[in-house]
Amino acid sequence: MDHRGFSAGLKAGLSIAIGYFPIALTFGLLAKTTGLSIWEATAMSIFVFAGAAQYISLPLIAAGVAPVVIILNTFVVNIRHFLMAASLNEKMQPDARWKKALYAFGITDESFSVLAIQKEDNLRTSFAAGVITISYGSWVIFTAVGHLIGANLPQFLQAAMSIALYAMFVGLLMPSMRGNRKVFSLAAIAAALNSLFYFTGWLSTGWAILVSTLASAIIIELISSKGGRT
Amino acid sequence: MGSWIWWTILGMAIVTYIPRAIPLTFLEGRELPPAVQNVLRNIPFAVLGALIFPAIFFIQDNIWFGVIGAAAAFGIALTGANVMFVVLGSIAVLAVYSLFI
Repeated sequence: MDHRGFSAGLKAGLSIAIGYFPIALTFGLLAKTTGLSIWEATAMSIFVFAGAAQYISLPLIAAGVAPVVIILNTFVVNIRHFLMAASLNEKMQPDARWKKALYAFGITDESFSVLAIQKEDNLRTSFAAGVITISYGSWVIFTAVGHLIGANLPQFLQAAMSIALYAMFVGLLMPSMRGNRKVFSLAAIAAALNSLFYFTGWLSTGWAILVSTLASAIIIELISSKGGRT
Repeated sequence: MGSWIWWTILGMAIVTYIPRAIPLTFLEGRELPPAVQNVLRNIPFAVLGALIFPAIFFIQDNIWFGVIGAAAAFGIALTGANVMFVVLGSIAVLAVYSLFI
């Protein structure tokens, strides 16, 4: 089993916390202008902890859309986490179901990426807890701060920091991709499919990421198992 | 906001949690067929491709932020720098760029 524990997890999750900072701050601010109280805005970050879905809910709440529609919409946007959780399960140490049910709450695009890309297998539950704690802390605290101060970062910094999470994804992907054609193909096919769905508008974002990821993973598995490397 | 906002938050919380929790708890201690395991091991690399593209280009209304930011991130990552350096370096490049426009 991998030996790294909670504090190593905190360190591995630090780039997520930095990336969440401007997004959570803006979410708090937008929630305020939408009319949510600081408790309502912060509660949403505490209990939902899903950036894209929370952002999308705000204009719907403002427009007076029925709660059931907002909830269905949230489900569709977050259905991709199902695939991520199934994949992460292969990467984690076996552990009591209640512990896994607990840290499952913290699976986001970002925490999944950081955990799943680790070279070591059999990651400890405490390592995952560290990654999730620092991410979650940043998300919740800066949602409240954004609502409280009711102002955004200086424009140049806000614009510059919007690259943070994507830069993290690139930084996570690149070391595995160098000199590895299989990894490159997996990323490239999923990127091409997702771009196709985006520009044609055939699928909404939530489904697009799910379908392009799964399609790429299956296509490459079919090709590589035919090549005799399973 | 009325009490309905709290019901909305509760509903959002439940439908977000379920897809996260079902695989991790139901699959615990179960051995999946090798082909399925292989597909699941492919997921992280594929998902990163889909998360990066095309969204990285649309971080701001001004497309150049995305283009320059993506170039900076890939450029710095190609040097073998660690993730934190890629993140902070890309932010720094865009901060400098936005001071010049």
